[in-house]
Amino acid sequence: MKLKLGIYWGAACGGCDVAILDTHEKILDIADKVDIFLWPCAMDFKYDDVKKMKDGYLDAALYSGAIRNSENEEIALLLRRKSKIMIAVGSCAHIGGIPGLANCYTRDEVLKRVYIESESTINEEGIIPEEAWSNDDESLELPRFYNTVKTLDQVVDVDYYLPGCPPVPMQIFSALSLIWNNKLPEKGSIIGAGEKALCDECPRKKDEKRISELKRIHEVIPDSEKCFLEQGIICLGPVTRSGCGARCINSGVACRGCYGPVEDVIDQGTKMISALASVIEAKEETEIERIMDSIPDPLRTFYRFSIPASILRRKKV
Amino acid sequence: MSFEPKIVGFLCNWCSYTGADLAGTARIKYAPNIRTVRVMCSGRIEPVFVIKALYEGADGVLIAGCHPGDCHYQEGNYKALRRYKLLKAILPEYGVEPERIRLEWVAASEGDRFAKIVNEFTEQVRKLGPLEIKKSLYESMKDDAVRHEEPIGKNGENLDEA
Repeated sequence: MKLKLGIYWGAACGGCDVAILDTHEKILDIADKVDIFLWPCAMDFKYDDVKKMKDGYLDAALYSGAIRNSENEEIALLLRRKSKIMIAVGSCAHIGGIPGLANCYTRDEVLKRVYIESESTINEEGIIPEEAWSNDDESLELPRFYNTVKTLDQVVDVDYYLPGCPPVPMQIFSALSLIWNNKLPEKGSIIGAGEKALCDECPRKKDEKRISELKRIHEVIPDSEKCFLEQGIICLGPVTRSGCGARCINSGVACRGCYGPVEDVIDQGTKMISALASVIEAKEETEIERIMDSIPDPLRTFYRFSIPASILRRKKV
Repeated sequence: MSFEPKIVGFLCNWCSYTGADLAGTARIKYAPNIRTVRVMCSGRIEPVFVIKALYEGADGVLIAGCHPGDCHYQEGNYKALRRYKLLKAILPEYGVEPERIRLEWVAASEGDRFAKIVNEFTEQVRKLGPLEIKKSLYESMKDDAVRHEEPIGKNGENLDEA
């Protein structure tokens, strides 16, 4: 019998859905093995169709995207109820991802910035979207925009994680094949990624790391064979899970950490602080400060994808 | 009830913990707000220890190690200093006052200095007030909820039979 699958996007860019399609000719194998029951990004199904299902009717749900509003959460709860396996697909569902950067602000700050302050907006009356609107006998409701972005496992029980921004397409395929071959690992496992750090599979030449200057990638012409960190360019490779095949590195860009922390590390950013502090040579306080000051946005550099999954989770209000 | 700051102190085994011990044997009185954790070297203190302490309810964290040049392991204290500087840079972005963490060098002979630092730091944190990360996290999410939870039948349709 064909596998019954639901695919959903929360606060996401759609890159994960595209990554599913990017399995190229393997998409035909997927179509052979799988029946899709929900996929708002690509096909026309209604939430009501899912609500009518028996609990546990779906074999698996692939949820990409963070929890940003009440609709994201509602569908996460619904899919959790209707499917046997819940898989968090992509960085956003796994560790918060890029939408998670909004945890440096409050809900009101985000709305104000987007609808009033942004340079491309003309909004003289200062209108900010409301959740409910009614006029005579008509009424409209919008999902509630949350103050705090959450990861999928902060709202529902998640069985497996498939990290990446987006996950490597072939790893989505192999994750699906784990389901139809009944070879899923222990619950809570990360599938489609390694356990060690990215440095382990990085093809660049690594020597002793001793840096006296931090540079940004546009400020230098980086050596295409030497380790980025050794060149003074911040690379999250030492603290990021392997499995992506060093996609960015091979394209000449340092790792930004989308695969999340390595096995047994909770907080990716503080781990990177440890790693970076260990390879900087300076011992004088003023010299250390000078080097640290050259990092333009430390929090969002070290936690680019993982603020909602970090220990402190958001800016204190 | 007046606010008594909770302070976690990570002290290196070779200098600062011994210094704190000396403060004790010399019967120097200092603020009882500090809870000390002995580590082998200030270079062992990972930033996540500090973050975890703050998250779990500490209002301030003191890190103490050997004076520069005196590290038992040659360079551990320089590592601690660099980590401390980076950690201080990210805390304001998390909405946490960077003054809640402090790095000091305390030698084994500096019992009086240890007592003075603890007293000063306790007063500094007292002025900042309680941190209460968990409470603020809860407050920040209390309006984030699914508004209209529609009743979903436990036993919906089995589409295979239809």
